[in-house]
Amino acid sequence: MTWLLAAPLLIPFAAAVATLLAPRVGVPPRLVSLIGSVLHLGAALALGERVLRDGVIAEGMGGWAPPVGIVLVADPFSALMLLAAAGLGLAVAVFALADIDPRREAAGWHALFQLLLAGASGAFLTGDLFNLYVWFEVMLIASFGMMTVGGSKAELDAGVKYVALNLVATVAFLAAIGLVHGVAGTLTLADLPGRIDAALAADPAVAPALGAAALLLLTALGAKAGLFPLFFWLPASYHAPSAATTAIFAGLLTKAGVYAMIRVFTLVFPEGPALDVLAPVAIATMVLGVIGAAAHKEVNRILAFHIVSQIGYVALGLALGSALALAGAILYLLHNIVVKANLILLAGVARRLTGSHHLSRAGGLYLVAPGLSALFVVAAFAMAGVPPLSGFWGKLALTRAGLEAGDWAAVAAVLGVGLFTLYSMTKIWLQGWLAPHPEGRTRPLAALPRGAQVAFVAPTAALTVVTLGLGLFPDMPFRAASAAAGALLDPAAYVAAVMGAPPETALAAAGGAAP
Amino acid sequence: MEWVFAVLAGVLAASGVYLMLARHLLQVVFGVTLLSGAASVVVFVSGRLSAVAPALVPAGAEAPPAGAANPLPQALVLTAIVIGFGLAAFALALTVAAHRRLGTADPEAMREAEPRAPETPRAEAPAAESPAAEPPREAAE
Repeated sequence: MTWLLAAPLLIPFAAAVATLLAPRVGVPPRLVSLIGSVLHLGAALALGERVLRDGVIAEGMGGWAPPVGIVLVADPFSALMLLAAAGLGLAVAVFALADIDPRREAAGWHALFQLLLAGASGAFLTGDLFNLYVWFEVMLIASFGMMTVGGSKAELDAGVKYVALNLVATVAFLAAIGLVHGVAGTLTLADLPGRIDAALAADPAVAPALGAAALLLLTALGAKAGLFPLFFWLPASYHAPSAATTAIFAGLLTKAGVYAMIRVFTLVFPEGPALDVLAPVAIATMVLGVIGAAAHKEVNRILAFHIVSQIGYVALGLALGSALALAGAILYLLHNIVVKANLILLAGVARRLTGSHHLSRAGGLYLVAPGLSALFVVAAFAMAGVPPLSGFWGKLALTRAGLEAGDWAAVAAVLGVGLFTLYSMTKIWLQGWLAPHPEGRTRPLAALPRGAQVAFVAPTAALTVVTLGLGLFPDMPFRAASAAAGALLDPAAYVAAVMGAPPETALAAAGGAAP
Repeated sequence: MEWVFAVLAGVLAASGVYLMLARHLLQVVFGVTLLSGAASVVVFVSGRLSAVAPALVPAGAEAPPAGAANPLPQALVLTAIVIGFGLAAFALALTVAAHRRLGTADPEAMREAEPRAPETPRAEAPAAESPAAEPPREAAE
């Protein structure tokens, strides 16, 4: 049991090393990556089951007790995120079997993919602010590699912009950590609220430093998450690499940013100037993202803009701040990880069959690939929030939370942006799938090799089934999201689990301290 | 003493931003490097500067002597420098690769992923030979 918290980190790291060594013994790296992803999902399930049973669990790494040692913590929110990430990781690992060409495979795409999973898992599980920064760097360097490993002109161009803007965000993150440490003298997340209160009580003059740190954190994490006005790196780059790459980016990178934002701004800075600007920022993100999507005619670029727009929903939930709003945000986050990645994967398959991402050069898929079309319709309308599909429930919770708070701008944004999302999805469906191909050369799925057919259809079908499950049986996911939101708003159990974690007996019996 | 470092951080950050605004990738990379230097200085100063004693635990003792320098910011900065070094190396390699492949080091002129021309489909745009009109990813396949 001691290994439960460390396993989701160790497995992808070991898999990354193994994928690099595998070609020497004649094993293709993609198979090693697949096995690693299966084990990773198993570890995430085991950890999730444990969190469900015992509440928050925490463990001091290396035998050092917190706040001196670095802790790994799993609370309901991080367990849910880890589970979603691992599930998506497996789906993309299967898809990558056929999507990643031999050149990218030889250049180490699969090792970078596992490294990205490790970085995301670390970001979800760490209980230390500096450690969070390090995990973001792990994710960042892996994503840099995945973005540019193909070496095509478009990938290099996208990579330049992606790298430059993300490095600036990283610097802001580091400076914020310096300021927080200067005031509080600790970087353990669970230790920070108490220390910050004590520092403020001892010397109110530290308040500006804390405000600056909070705003720098908002800037850094907002840029990572893709919030207005720092989102422009995302639509500039996400459409360039292969579908498997973009899908895992969409599912993990921006989501890890918004996860860290929710964690920091519920636990460390539950109030302050940063949260006050978040609501308008979130609404601007939603609106501008969806307008960008409406303006484009290439499926992959439309979807990239929708990533931006939908991160706005999650940020809006955090800005509203009530239990219902946070639950809605978490539910929406989980739904979005599954649906958005699924849409990008399906768009990747569609491009292989029609030859283009551009709507005026695609089409005819409905006749040729009806099964695939069914998958796309479910995913597209789930993303638009058509009831009873999965996007609807998160939006419903956010709308109700907005009404309860009397925040009419938020309600209008949630509903209006949903409408425009529906417009984009309908546009893709009508022009890209339903209308006949302008040159009449849409290939059927059967034209692909049999192995590729399975690798393309199995993960997208599985993700669609998850979407349907989240939509048709919203009770359990909503209760899980509510539990996660409750734990975020009342961090007593989290703090007790971390600060009371004995270093050597590893797993604190801290679940009993839950309120 | 702190104010020297505060000014240093400010100068580094300002120079970094100035360089990042240049229309040459190499200058952008140097700008990011200077910016991360500024962040390292901020982390270092905010751990309080003291010139009393190094953060070494004497033989037989269990903690550093009173008044010793705070070792944690030093450890943080060391980690940040290592990470920043790796990222800078990658950014430089990417700059070289982009320059070779795209034939320019001006980020404004790099329009492969986001063609400046309106997104006319290739069938209707016979001038697709010009790189600006070339749709993304088509070149890779």
